[in-house]
Amino acid sequence: MSPPAAGGTGYRARAAVTAERDATGRTRLTGLRSDGPLALRETPEGVYLVGAAAGPLGGDDLALDLTVGAGARLAVRSAAAMIALPGRGGGSRFAVRAAVGADGRLDFAPEPTVAAAGCDHRSVAEISLARGAVLRWREELVLGRHGEVAGRHVARLDVTVEDRPLLRHELRLDDPAIHGGRAVLGGATAVGGVLLAGPGLHTEPFAGAGLAVLPLAGPGVLVTALAATADELRRKLSYGESLASG
Amino acid sequence: MDTALLLLADSRLPAGGHAHSGGLEPAAAAGAVTGVADLAGFLRGRLATCGLVAAALAAAACAHAREHGARWDLLDAEADARTPSPAQRRASRAQGRALLRVVRGAWPHPALAALGGDPHHPVVLGVAVAAAGGGPDRAAAITAYGSVTGPASAAVRLLGLDPLAVHRALADLAAEVDEVAARATTAAAGGWAELPAASAPMLDLFAEFHLQADLRLFES
Repeated sequence: MSPPAAGGTGYRARAAVTAERDATGRTRLTGLRSDGPLALRETPEGVYLVGAAAGPLGGDDLALDLTVGAGARLAVRSAAAMIALPGRGGGSRFAVRAAVGADGRLDFAPEPTVAAAGCDHRSVAEISLARGAVLRWREELVLGRHGEVAGRHVARLDVTVEDRPLLRHELRLDDPAIHGGRAVLGGATAVGGVLLAGPGLHTEPFAGAGLAVLPLAGPGVLVTALAATADELRRKLSYGESLASG
Repeated sequence: MDTALLLLADSRLPAGGHAHSGGLEPAAAAGAVTGVADLAGFLRGRLATCGLVAAALAAAACAHAREHGARWDLLDAEADARTPSPAQRRASRAQGRALLRVVRGAWPHPALAALGGDPHHPVVLGVAVAAAGGGPDRAAAITAYGSVTGPASAAVRLLGLDPLAVHRALADLAAEVDEVAARATTAAAGGWAELPAASAPMLDLFAEFHLQADLRLFES
């Protein structure tokens, strides 16, 4: 970790988790590296991001690398919402890179990110899945703390399966003239999705109020939802997931 | 601009574009677009998301055809990966098929045979521009332009909006269309994995809702 410099350029943190299957078939965490605001704790339910500092703040540059070996399982959760805040160091960034080996399973479902007033946050996720790998990837975004107008938030998710693109999906909320119109958010203040990838998914599309279950061209289903609150968003996503899981 | 490229941009091109509203019909049915002001916001959002993505794919396809490339299956997968809605994938391929028929007759090009029978619309449009002698910047411009003119004319038909007011809204968007085309052209000069992937969750929802509607004037 590099602590904030005197000029206010923010944290630079690089955390990592490695999960591998041992000879008995059980998954062991063979690597668990916390760094600065990315504090990780191993629990029976999975690895928790416990958030050792508020933020990310403008200027923070955070990265988390997840490696799931062949046949291993890893669940990642967080203890609380991440609140993207402005700072003197310009924009903030959180990049997650994940590689899941053959027949491995990654379940990444942290609490929501809240885009606070004045933030300028970029979230990047790059996930590569090997043959037979299973993914559950949830991203939830709440626009603003109570009653405030959110700052800028851009999130991109890139997922490949055996090096073929499965989903490349960017949600740019950096210009209210665009995302404030009827085509992008439709007035919602909470938006999110769950990507399920792997074999055996139910591939019937569904559309309801503020919820769509979208079977992808490749082996995956994207559940996407729009809501007024974080709780409503979670309910919709959970329902959509139950439909996609078959 | 060459006349061949004007023909490709013309809504009178017999490629079935008039049958697609770009999500405007379901948005109107849901009451999300009722007048010219809503429409302008809708078009701006569509341009910055689907429009940018399609323009970049068209520019990439145009460049690939000019370089005699053969990775059409990968570009098709890149288009699929940027189109999570099955209804939108179907609409894109339906328009791609229709455009392919026109282009095969009017502007024969070896890359057209390599696209298969069911290509995505922006990919065909990019190859068509190459076949008609244009570059990636023209492919991006024609695609970005079509991403707003189609829904705008659908709005006139569906909502009975004043065509003069709708065209004023389009004229107000012209600089943004140019900017999106320029960004798409720049992006297409890089790797395909990094091409824009801007999404519009409401458009995805509208596209799926549209298939459930009892009465539809447009296919998408």
